Amino acid sequence: MSSAESPHAWPGDTLTRVPYWVYQDDANYRAELRRIFEGPVWSYVCLESDVERPGDFRTTFVGEMPVIVVRAEDGTICAFENRCAHRGALIALDDRGKARSFQCIYHAWTYDLRGNLTGIAFEKGSNGRGGMPASFCKEEHGPRKLRTTTLHGLVFASLSPEAPTIAEYLGQEILGRIERVLHRPVRVLGRFVQVLPNNWKLYVENVKDTYHASLLHAFFGTFRITRLTQGGGIIVSPDGGHHASYTIDRADDRVSTAYRDQGIRSEHQNYRLADPSLLDSVDEYGDGIKLQILTVFPNFVLQQIENCLAVRQVLPKGPDSMELHWTYFGFTDDTPEMHRRRLKQLNLVGPAGYVSMEDGCVGGFVQRGAATASDELSVVNMGGEGTESQDTRATEASVRGFWKAYRRYMGV
Amino acid sequence: MAETDPLLTSLQPLVSQLNADYARAIDDDRLEDWPDFFVEQCLYSITSIDNHRQGYPGGLMWADSKGMLQDRVAALRDANIYERQTYRHLIGLPALLGEAEGAVRAETPFLVVRIMRDGRMDLFATGRYLDVIVEDAGALRLRERIVVCDSSRVDTLLALPL
Repeated sequence: MSSAESPHAWPGDTLTRVPYWVYQDDANYRAELRRIFEGPVWSYVCLESDVERPGDFRTTFVGEMPVIVVRAEDGTICAFENRCAHRGALIALDDRGKARSFQCIYHAWTYDLRGNLTGIAFEKGSNGRGGMPASFCKEEHGPRKLRTTTLHGLVFASLSPEAPTIAEYLGQEILGRIERVLHRPVRVLGRFVQVLPNNWKLYVENVKDTYHASLLHAFFGTFRITRLTQGGGIIVSPDGGHHASYTIDRADDRVSTAYRDQGIRSEHQNYRLADPSLLDSVDEYGDGIKLQILTVFPNFVLQQIENCLAVRQVLPKGPDSMELHWTYFGFTDDTPEMHRRRLKQLNLVGPAGYVSMEDGCVGGFVQRGAATASDELSVVNMGGEGTESQDTRATEASVRGFWKAYRRYMGV
Repeated sequence: MAETDPLLTSLQPLVSQLNADYARAIDDDRLEDWPDFFVEQCLYSITSIDNHRQGYPGGLMWADSKGMLQDRVAALRDANIYERQTYRHLIGLPALLGEAEGAVRAETPFLVVRIMRDGRMDLFATGRYLDVIVEDAGALRLRERIVVCDSSRVDTLLALPL
């Protein structure tokens, strides 16, 4: 099977082999922007609290499309392309702000908070000359509008009328896992952008890949934050696109020698923290889950590592580049102790994170390692060939789930 | 004004020397010496001007004890994986902003070039150090260093401290 845009072919119907051209090919990348990011998916755009009051807006992207997300006068959240209907210039130039309306700086065309074109400078011309033709209908011109939906304080947007409701899109199990973490109002603790030298899919696969976590990230394994010998598992949504993985501490793991027996680098017996308060965690959800990583296809990650919480937005920037937008958060009613604990545990994640630093470079290692291997295949076979939920994390089922969804949206 | 205060004027070369020593420790890969520039109960945080202005307290690195700084070094040596790289810090002249109860507040601009193992050099970070400096066991040390980067963007990863 090959897509119309790409000369490359998929290696049959298996989800266990992924060709490297899919991370490299420019035509395939442009097809992804149309078929996935402008297709019937829900892209995460911001927190509901980012656009708290009418007029509050943020600018972001859906795929590579610049987008304005804004709270309208009636309290609904609107999203529209950040592109003037006249000559295509950006309408809003700030990352965030408050507006009564938007005016393009180029020729002063004006938009309301819903993205409707409401004003054209010198529409009637000057001194009876020039101006727009009387037949020009403002209602027929405007930036493309996106549908929006909210879920536990998250805002998602879609360009497609075909996208199902967010509840249908995610399914009950994934919904429940989002609600578990985001069950009360959040307080943002910081925002950072990590520019990654790799195709966006390599990062999404990395997040879904429970197999690598304790192997690549020595910090994880050493401090038993997540190990494959602990309890836990993965949930893969029926369509394959979304997942949640979780780790439950288990007493018998504390004496397990599986990592040592296999000579795995990530376990250092003598590694001790000089200040162990970093890992002074509390079971704030009361369910023993130390770590939960959740993805929503195609661009959203929700992370709970101990008491360290963040959402991550994946923005593709060409076949071999992407941005990862981190928003660290706690809750508005956190005690001072919990607040301080979260600030300490933020050392675990982000561009300098003890357990996520490596994810910043490993995608680039794949991009560089496979530079001339376009038609070679990577192997995604741990835990079998399917995409079913499993009660182990020594599996790549959720990575195969990604490819199941990807191939359906791409029609390949 | 700061330059008319004789105490602050006399301290400026000492603060500059502290910064020069700090930069050499990191750039010469003597990371184990880095925590010694801080007092035991300290605050070290790397943030951005945007986060700083909005009052967001979270940092890319965040430590409230010298032990946490030592743990950062230990993780960089023994746990974390990153391609071999070095920094070249250029640290400007400190502006001494005031003194109270034996602590001096200083603000100092910096620029860091990152040199990767293949020789690639990039302007990696610029910003300001917002410092609270005290005398501790006969030397000036940092009680607080908030590293306020001019940008919230980080290329690939931030391994070594700024």
